[in-house]
Amino acid sequence: MRQREVRRMMTCRELVELVTDYVEGRLDAERLARFEEHLAECPVCVVYVEQFRQTIDELGHLPPESLSPAVTDELLAAFRDWHAGQAN
Amino acid sequence: MGESEVPPGGHVSGALPGDEELVAALRRGDEDAFKALVEEYSPFLMRLAMMHVSSRAIAEEVVQDTWVGVLKGLERFEGRSSLRTWIVSILLNNARTRGQREGRIVPFALLRRRYEEGGGPAMDPDRFQGRRGERPGWWARPPAAWESPEAQLSADETRRVLIEAIKGLPPRQREVIALRDLTGWPSEEVCNALGISETNQRVLLHRARSKVRAALESHMEKEEAA
Repeated sequence: MRQREVRRMMTCRELVELVTDYVEGRLDAERLARFEEHLAECPVCVVYVEQFRQTIDELGHLPPESLSPAVTDELLAAFRDWHAGQAN
Repeated sequence: MGESEVPPGGHVSGALPGDEELVAALRRGDEDAFKALVEEYSPFLMRLAMMHVSSRAIAEEVVQDTWVGVLKGLERFEGRSSLRTWIVSILLNNARTRGQREGRIVPFALLRRRYEEGGGPAMDPDRFQGRRGERPGWWARPPAAWESPEAQLSADETRRVLIEAIKGLPPRQREVIALRDLTGWPSEEVCNALGISETNQRVLLHRARSKVRAALESHMEKEEAA
């Protein structure tokens, strides 16, 4: 009991450095417990972690860019040339 | 969250055969195989390239040069890394060279070297209370809650802020976040493609994500103030 009282709670400043490890499930049991103990006390960090996840999610939804058909055609021509060159 | 829940793009889809078969098809001049490969990979190569150069047109040239590089190197490809890892390393080389020629990367890399690999926290320390504060190390300037980025910003606007934020990162961080979060690659493959350790990869990724979140935050604050 005494030891637990002595152990200082994780600060917000410490927590923000661990969020990637947290969202990827890479915290060891002890640090995970301390991380979650902090979240239970600190609604701001709950918001922060949520925004962090949201940011990752947004990044995964950026629309793809495609090559223009003209470039694709040029590449196919390059492929034919390349293969012709290989054969010789 | 994590690697099982990856977004589309940059994955080897069921549409393509395995590397060995694909390489064999290319070597014997199978144009359909090449076309399928180009169609499958180019969208995500374009996205990666656009993080490094200033315009879509230049990104397109970088991707085109990458495919030419793939053809040139195909005879030497031994399958020690996966095909897509190899293709991406060619792309990144081209993109870096191009970015340097554009004058975007070199001075930037020198200036921000310290932030690149290790030094410095992911979050501005001024946002936390100092030693004499009421609760040292707790928030002094807490982030405001977002409804959702879309609720406040249009999708286009969110996209623009995200892309600008990534372009503003030091090159290594930019490459890691683009591969991990834009294309959803697992960390092991990102480490292989970039030749970095797992620990280093996580440090770079964390810094990058922290800065991109901060960019969204400051943009939303500006929107609210306006």
